[in-house]
Amino acid sequence: MADVPVTWHPRLAAKARLRWDPEEKRHMLVFPEAALLLNDTAVAILKLCDGERTIEQIVDTLAQQFAGTHHTLIANEVTELLTRLQTRGLLETERQ
Amino acid sequence: MTAPRPYTLVAELTYRCPLRCPYCSNPVNFHAMREELSTEQWCQVFSEAADLGVVQLHLSGGEPVVRKDLPALIRHARQCDLYTNLITGGTLLTAENLQQFRDSGLDHVQLSVQDTDRETAERIAGIRSYDKKLEVARLIKQLGFPLTLNVVLHRFNIDHVPELIALGAELGAQRLELANTQYYAWGLENRKALLPTRAQRDQAEVIAREARARYRGTMEIAFVQVDYFAEEPKACMGGWARTYMCITPTGEVLPCHAAHVIPGLSFDSVRHQSLGTIWRESSALNAFRGDDWMQEPCRSCPKKMIDFGGCRCQAFLLAGDAAATDPVCHYSPLHQTVLDAVAAAEQEQAPLVYRDLKNSERLSGHS
Repeated sequence: MADVPVTWHPRLAAKARLRWDPEEKRHMLVFPEAALLLNDTAVAILKLCDGERTIEQIVDTLAQQFAGTHHTLIANEVTELLTRLQTRGLLETERQ
Repeated sequence: MTAPRPYTLVAELTYRCPLRCPYCSNPVNFHAMREELSTEQWCQVFSEAADLGVVQLHLSGGEPVVRKDLPALIRHARQCDLYTNLITGGTLLTAENLQQFRDSGLDHVQLSVQDTDRETAERIAGIRSYDKKLEVARLIKQLGFPLTLNVVLHRFNIDHVPELIALGAELGAQRLELANTQYYAWGLENRKALLPTRAQRDQAEVIAREARARYRGTMEIAFVQVDYFAEEPKACMGGWARTYMCITPTGEVLPCHAAHVIPGLSFDSVRHQSLGTIWRESSALNAFRGDDWMQEPCRSCPKKMIDFGGCRCQAFLLAGDAAATDPVCHYSPLHQTVLDAVAAAEQEQAPLVYRDLKNSERLSGHS
């Protein structure tokens, strides 16, 4: 599967809902028939996926938030997560 | 034994339904179960389910849209932060009630479609419904709901998998479930009529697999197997009362839709006890948790905690013992009964027995 292009404006698909799971004390992405438990990095990334920011801008914002973490490392994490979500139909990537 | 965390609740709000599909998963004797839980009782159940850790709520039936209190139930479910899915045949949906459901916070709609061929679709549904369902699918999308299209497959429509995939794409479904009939309840009554041939099933699976890759990222395609053609049994419900519970219209808590069929189990009702107490302590829910109940060949099988010995209901229906190995498993001494059923269905035709009140009364000896 090819990586998602950095010029996309990702946001969560309508079918996916981000919720706090009191049992696991972690965020959970819920969608039909399944759910994914998320780590803090994934939550930080998803909260920036508003359909306005491009993937590039998301990476830049995170680089400011997590000063000291290498830009390439952040870019890789973002691409990896979004590609994984995209293959499961959990992202909308067109600006609406 | 500590009870595991349940993730999914199927709330069968009613057994009333305008459709008469001959593979319906409702119990054959549904006619005798008319005392439905009240709005308050269901709301209480949703709150207790959320407290237990349930995340997914399926509002099912019968046809859940016959319940006049559906918007109130949806609103309460969302207040409990449950991901709320309406499982519907669609024939009672309108722009007005869909908007109401939207405003109440419904997350998702799962609509059944019987076929792409109008005549077959309506013969299976047992009423005129083809045009209405397509109209409703478009309304669902217009209102911004994510849509799952669910098609139960059988010998009369399984060759239309390419057309069904095209329909899902055309309607903009996010998910397409090509779910082969499971042979319980009405499906079992109609097994000889509905079971496809092995060749039909093999072809459908190849087409579905190719399409799954093609639509990746836009439409998820699920292909639910006919376990009769498998050599190893399905991990039914992910194991008995492990992550999934089903509550009947009258309030009984089951590990799946079909478990009523197993004699000797007494299912507890949310009318008398809290859902938490039932989930932890119900003798029926504890009957097949873990592996203490297993017999050979399951007991010494390395896969016993992968497939849990298959399906308990099917073990009872085909082997006469709910604790036996599911006869779908090729290690079962009764595996031949499954092969015989497949062979019989390849050679013989049978008339459809529709799921309706009259047949329910007749089949349960109340004519």
